[in-house]
Amino acid sequence: MTPTSNLVVTALGLLNYWVYIFLLCVGLYAVLVKGNYVKRMIGLGIFQSAVFLLYISMDKVDGGTGPIFQGEPVAGQIFSNPLPQVLILTAIVVGIAVTALGLALAIRIKEEYGSIEEADTQRMDREA
Amino acid sequence: MTLSSHFAILVVVVPLVMAPLVAVLPSRSGTPWLVATLTAFVSFLLAIGVTQQVMAQGVLLYELGNWPVPFGIGLVIGPFAALLLLVITGASLGALLWGRASMNQEVGEEHQSLLYACWLLATAGLVGITITGDAFNVFVFMEISALASYVLVSAGPSRQALTATFKYLVTGTIGATFYLIGVGYLYMMTGTLNMADMADRLSQVSDTAPVLMASGFIVLGLALKAALFPMHAWMPNAYRYAPTIVTVFLAACSTKVALFVLIRFDFLILQPNLGDHALLFTTILMPLCIVAFLVGSTVAVFERDLKRMLAYSSVAQIGYILLGASLVSSAGTTAAILHMFNHAIIKAALFMAVGAMVLRYGSSRISDIAGAGKSMPWTMAAFCVAGLSLIGVPLTAGFMSKWFLIQAMLEIEGIGYLVVFLILVSSLLAVVYIWKVIEVAYFQEPASMPQGEPPRLISEAPMPMLLMIWLLAIANIWFGIDPSLPLGLAGMEVQQLLGASR
Amino acid sequence: MTFLGFFTLAFVAISAVLAVTSRNLFESSVWLGIFSLMMAANFFILDAPDVAITEAAVGAGVSTVLFLGALALTAEHEHVKEKFRWLPVVVMSVLGVVLLVVSFEQPLLGDYTAPVHQHVAPWYLSETPRLIDIPNIVTAILASFRGYDTLGEVIVVFTAGIGVISVLGFRPKSKSTLRGSSLAQRVRGVQHHAVLRVVGKLLIPVLMLFALVVQFHGKYTPGGGFSAGALFAAAVMLYGILEGADKSAKALPQLVMLRLAALGATIYSGVGLVAFFKGGNFLNYSVLVTDPLAGQYLGILLIEFGVGLTVTAVLIMIFNAIANRDSY
Repeated sequence: MTPTSNLVVTALGLLNYWVYIFLLCVGLYAVLVKGNYVKRMIGLGIFQSAVFLLYISMDKVDGGTGPIFQGEPVAGQIFSNPLPQVLILTAIVVGIAVTALGLALAIRIKEEYGSIEEADTQRMDREA
Repeated sequence: MTLSSHFAILVVVVPLVMAPLVAVLPSRSGTPWLVATLTAFVSFLLAIGVTQQVMAQGVLLYELGNWPVPFGIGLVIGPFAALLLLVITGASLGALLWGRASMNQEVGEEHQSLLYACWLLATAGLVGITITGDAFNVFVFMEISALASYVLVSAGPSRQALTATFKYLVTGTIGATFYLIGVGYLYMMTGTLNMADMADRLSQVSDTAPVLMASGFIVLGLALKAALFPMHAWMPNAYRYAPTIVTVFLAACSTKVALFVLIRFDFLILQPNLGDHALLFTTILMPLCIVAFLVGSTVAVFERDLKRMLAYSSVAQIGYILLGASLVSSAGTTAAILHMFNHAIIKAALFMAVGAMVLRYGSSRISDIAGAGKSMPWTMAAFCVAGLSLIGVPLTAGFMSKWFLIQAMLEIEGIGYLVVFLILVSSLLAVVYIWKVIEVAYFQEPASMPQGEPPRLISEAPMPMLLMIWLLAIANIWFGIDPSLPLGLAGMEVQQLLGASR
Repeated sequence: MTFLGFFTLAFVAISAVLAVTSRNLFESSVWLGIFSLMMAANFFILDAPDVAITEAAVGAGVSTVLFLGALALTAEHEHVKEKFRWLPVVVMSVLGVVLLVVSFEQPLLGDYTAPVHQHVAPWYLSETPRLIDIPNIVTAILASFRGYDTLGEVIVVFTAGIGVISVLGFRPKSKSTLRGSSLAQRVRGVQHHAVLRVVGKLLIPVLMLFALVVQFHGKYTPGGGFSAGALFAAAVMLYGILEGADKSAKALPQLVMLRLAALGATIYSGVGLVAFFKGGNFLNYSVLVTDPLAGQYLGILLIEFGVGLTVTAVLIMIFNAIANRDSY
């Protein structure tokens, strides 16, 4: 295999992971930098979803199908890995739980402080 | 099969099952507190039962659903885990017994059923993390305890509780997700989630980049949850603005569980398989721990709020605990495990005493509790005892921890002596901030009232509170004289851990 | 890597960036919904249909509704401060570069010889027909082999539910009734759009039916308690959006939802405890009835029902709490 086609194969094989890395950085950046509480929740959601992509990318097997038996098990049939899927089902639910709680907090913060920008709340706390 | 063979799982199932029931109880009747306390009591008894079994058998194993590990999830309870179980269930029960009046005053009676349900869920979550042998299961229970803690902290009486909780939520989720990423890479390279199995299979792929990076992510994520410097920013405000009963509980055990997982991961899985890793662990973590206890103690000196002062003191103590672990020696690990136990009883006692003062004075600023030595003599006396333990005066539990830690450090020539010196400096700083409180309480007159108003009548803490505070203060002295329980379990654990990795 | 895969990945990346950079928060939420939907499509391409359904229902459906509901109560626009902070950028770049470099030592996508596919996975694939005998292996693992994890998950959902009620329902009602009534107006405002109402109402029973199918057919086809719960809750949310959230709160009161959520979680742990009395370990379904396979079947059916119940109740509870903020 020529070096270029080798590189292309590697790139295609790793593209999922590179996208996950990109999403991780985008999400984490939003959480750290943005001052708006709701924006930070959005960033957190993207950050968590990136991890889902990492796990699910692991489960694919070339030529496989979803791990569900259609009719009788056929010898030699290739299935993709079921375990990461189970883990991510749990992680998705955990993600929405955190999101819901975070949004509820943001709503209350808006009511108590009048703003959902961190700069405003910090200023008001300092003046207290 | 008798019931006792199921103690291992019951200690997590009991609070888990009772929590939804507590949530639907009517709040105003006072039953939520009662049911929650009874449940915590049962859990504590179960933890004692588990500890006895572990002392007899060395380690408890339990297969969920009777599926063989690693295809199913298995529980693994070693001596260290058993000790931590005692701490968690004990702190849960103790804070509940102590804090009824405090909860009623700070939070009011409405919605208490939901909060006490979250209390049980937090307990179950922390217990679940401690007893499991499956890396992903740790994540699930970590999120249970985290979510429950966020709810508990957000119930604080002032609006700053909300922003503090938000920061706690964001930081905690980032930490948990980093942990998840780390586990993902480890799974990618080993194909299993069971921790013991992972340790076995890791030897085939050790020293590959994903594994090293996975370790980094896991350590980073857990350090965030454990409030290790410099990732401790969420803690002081969360402890300050949470209801005091919640602070008592969380300060005693929540960060310790994260440290437990970190130490366990390190010794079981990472140590044996990453050749020069031991060096890495020490060189990166040890300086952080030293900075942690120096900075924590220093900031505590300048704090004007009692709860936040104690929170920064906790940052320092976490530094001590991890310092012992970072040495990767049997003496260091013993010191770390011992201090986990001791710090729990020290901090619980301190926060309980402070909480009683907050209850009576209505404020947690140091300047506001002037004259507490006269109005609340028993409470302040207990505070003094716990304070001495924190500093590390002989005959107290704190002294035992520092003694073992210093001995572990002295095993290292050169740097060891420097670190011992720094530990002594930090202890002196602890003297300063404890003395600050004592001075205000005993040697200052109570704040004068404006003209024409009668002086405030501050009475001693309510009897249940006082009993718990003194129980813990006496515990500090007891374990200072006879540390055989934590020391014995620590010794057993060290044998297992360091024996397994050679 | 098919073209479709490439397309969905690209769209995922683009929508994520747009969600984060857009200053109008409503727009961000919609981009987040698109992000989730593209992720779900990607999951399907990667042979994970269960996860795809759940991500679509939860991420693109429920999560978007919650965000929009929260935004209606907070603010529409983000104030962007112009300071540029170095530290996060540096941290992000370092992190990204490290991850990227490490990725070259990872097994490639679809590689059959990767460690992930060696040890535990083939065992599940070969032993499930003998031990549990249901076609959907993901459900088998989720509900039985790793049922303890799923119990934890149900508890997480429950905790979120009581957490939201505790946070939102805690102090007296929101101070500004004007803001509250404008929310109600905004919510009821859809009533004026006849087309939306008619078509939307047609969708509700279809959604509910689909949710029931996903719930009970989860052993044979992708599905299970979580996706079903999210779908059912989505149907209720649709009703609330079309007819007014106060109507949905009256139809499904908060206290009842709380009790249902508690019931679901208790059913799950109850099944686990029954196993004790029958001589097995916690969550061993094989001992529930004399035939182990029938026991597994029964156990899975019951716990999935508990899961679906709790997830539905909690999501409806959260929706009602947010959407009815002025009248809670």
